[in-house]
Amino acid sequence: MSDVNAFIALNRFGLGARPGDLETVVADPVGWLRAQVSTHAALAPALNDQLSSSDIVKDIFSVRKKKDKDLFNKTKKKYRKHFKSELARRMGHMVTTETPFAERMVAFWSNHFTVSRTKAITGPILPAYEREAIRPHVFGKFEDMLQAVTGHVAMLSYLDNTRSIGENSVRGKRRKKTMNENLAREILELHTLGVNGGYSQNDVMEFAKTLTGWSFGGVQSRKGKNKKPIHGDFEFFDVTHEPGSKTILGKTYQEDGVNEVKQVLTDLASHPSTAKFIATKLVRHFVSDDPPASAIRQIEDVFMRSGGDLAEVSSALISLPEVWGDPIPKIKTPYELIISVLRAVDGKRIPSYVLAKGLISMRHDPFNAPSPAGWPDVASYWMSPEALMRRIQWMKTVSTRISGTMKPEILLEQTVAPVASEQLRFMIAGAPSADVGAALLFASAEFQRR
Amino acid sequence: MINRRDFICASTMAGLAATLGGSSVAYASAPSDNRFVMIILRGAMDGLHAVPPFADRDYKRLRPKLAIRNPGEKGGALNLDGSFGLHPAFNDLLPLYNNNELLFIPATSTRYRNRSHFDGQNFLENGTGVPFGSKDGWLNRALSHLNEGDQRLGLALGSSIPLILQGSSGVQSWGKSPFGELNEDFLMRLTYAYENDPLFSSALSVARNAPQIEGMDDDGTKKKRKKESVPLFAKATSELLSRNDGPRIAVMEMTGWDTHFGQLTRLNKLFKQLADVILQLKSGLGPHWQKTQVLVVSEFGRTAAENGSGGTDHGVGGLAMFAGGNINGGRVLGKWPGLSQSALFENRDVRPTTDLESIFKAVLLNHYGLVENIVEDQIFPNSRKLKSLTGLSL
Repeated sequence: MSDVNAFIALNRFGLGARPGDLETVVADPVGWLRAQVSTHAALAPALNDQLSSSDIVKDIFSVRKKKDKDLFNKTKKKYRKHFKSELARRMGHMVTTETPFAERMVAFWSNHFTVSRTKAITGPILPAYEREAIRPHVFGKFEDMLQAVTGHVAMLSYLDNTRSIGENSVRGKRRKKTMNENLAREILELHTLGVNGGYSQNDVMEFAKTLTGWSFGGVQSRKGKNKKPIHGDFEFFDVTHEPGSKTILGKTYQEDGVNEVKQVLTDLASHPSTAKFIATKLVRHFVSDDPPASAIRQIEDVFMRSGGDLAEVSSALISLPEVWGDPIPKIKTPYELIISVLRAVDGKRIPSYVLAKGLISMRHDPFNAPSPAGWPDVASYWMSPEALMRRIQWMKTVSTRISGTMKPEILLEQTVAPVASEQLRFMIAGAPSADVGAALLFASAEFQRR
Repeated sequence: MINRRDFICASTMAGLAATLGGSSVAYASAPSDNRFVMIILRGAMDGLHAVPPFADRDYKRLRPKLAIRNPGEKGGALNLDGSFGLHPAFNDLLPLYNNNELLFIPATSTRYRNRSHFDGQNFLENGTGVPFGSKDGWLNRALSHLNEGDQRLGLALGSSIPLILQGSSGVQSWGKSPFGELNEDFLMRLTYAYENDPLFSSALSVARNAPQIEGMDDDGTKKKRKKESVPLFAKATSELLSRNDGPRIAVMEMTGWDTHFGQLTRLNKLFKQLADVILQLKSGLGPHWQKTQVLVVSEFGRTAAENGSGGTDHGVGGLAMFAGGNINGGRVLGKWPGLSQSALFENRDVRPTTDLESIFKAVLLNHYGLVENIVEDQIFPNSRKLKSLTGLSL
């Protein structure tokens, strides 16, 4: 049954098989996965020549300041194009990578710490956000990722923290402005403790106070003697920070400016509720829509024992007995599905508009999640009849573009052979044409599952 | 019958083909300037609802809720010949009928006598008399004898090519968006492949049976765009078939005819849409309409009696509609078997009295002038006892 294990490694933990992958991985599926638990792999050096979020934000804010509408529109257009090209690079990397497990982990955390394209100005930096705040920590410490994400321009903007002003801060008193608790709430509910993690509305408000002042260069007005050059990095604004001590989850944090949040995040990262919440999400993602309690407990323990070491957590996931059971319990997300089709056809050129149309119509275009909770991770969300039709339609369309280059039976052998049903084999063998055969393969339950 | 003008045109083209391609016309018939549009209604259209036999006293007995009222009554059928009426949603087609450009053949069927969409449609399209009897379609085989098939005289709409047009002859296809409508053949294959997966099979089954609602064509983007649709395909078909160097034979597909429930409203809408398609073809083809035949068929029909959920179930005998400027229309053809219990096929369906293959042969022999041996040996093998229906063409 080791060919089934190779299938599991390549699909449950990977992004689908490329031609030859099944044969390569079959010797040692677990070893193949373990070797990918590497910060170097997650960093994806191939993507590192892209612009930093700092450069992009600085450019956009500088241009905005000039109040030249034509230039501003030109700049916006430039970065829209940049955004698209970076998404294409990212996708290309996922199609060709030898370390797909690392990419799956990147995608998992990117979705966990979702930022979405709702703000025009920070939209173009979202791929950079993933490179800067997610990738370096995917096999590092959870706390480091949490710190990096919370202080990133993309997150501060997305969850409105730049608008949060302490009532008793210098500026708050002068302008009668108040706090925005959005970021504080989402960190507690979505990033760390989970909605049932044991925090109160008061904890949210107190946490929000610590977060006041967390913003970035260029956002706040700079007049008179405070005038500083515009930049695109994190900046702590003392004038909007709520003074005084704050009590969160029963612990009092003394007034300490920018350092308060760091302390709070450190405590949140090591909280047992966080361990349980993260473990549940990981097990749901890699094992089953209904995550088994025993598996959650194991991951939770490793998370706590290791101090949130995500390399250890990732290795523990591979070692769960549950993951080597049912080979296809989960539905691929549309993004995973599209990547796995592209991997199966080994880099055959599919026009980018076809890819974009697929992602948009299947409602999974990157960095456009429906809410700060990210995309749900259960079949009931992805598999409405209409959604299935769109998946099938897309795959039928793509299949006509690769028709004649790949024999459906061979495609099957190279991808889902270890789990293919007799019915699927029969239908593919009897397909009226190569493109229909390929479409049947890609549209099959076996191919759409992992 | 080929008229003189068409014959001249055909001869000219045959001469051209011979010059370019060599020995094309030794036994194959000449290419034709004639147009043929086949409209396949997938899911099994209810012939008794489209062309109600209002004079048959069993009709209303079998269909207490679904029967169309008599001509002259409110919402009643449009009288065709005193025995058969036309569903009022086809009202706009009545001028065609009165102008002899439309005829109906009730109680039709292929030789297929079972009731699986999957097999029935394959049977209809492959032409061998056996479900999955060949991997190409009979219309594609016919195309290979029109100018040796090298002119791409066939036209498929959407990104997929229906089996009837699949085969060695190249065909053109026209589509609007990268996402084509999925053809029934493909979905049936997929349904089979999904058999062991309840999640996928139920999702697909629901999606396939979902009533199609107008204006629900949101494609996920904010932009409003004209998506691929039956009316759009009709427009494209008439446009392409009108071109001098365009295709000559098109296959259109319409889905949603599997009316196990909610038949009254669903068919009302589909009939209207079908009427619009035919009218669009006529207006879009302009002067070429005089050289055109449009054949509307379904894989089979539906039960003579209505079921308990306001619909009808799969049945054998169906209805063929034939339209065009080159038909001898204004008639209801064929032998009506009647709807008495003893007349029904297997006690439930309209007994078929006209073979669809006979109509297909008539199109190929009379409208396109293919020679009989090719039609009998290569396009519809083992079917010599099904004689070409005479008198359909002008």
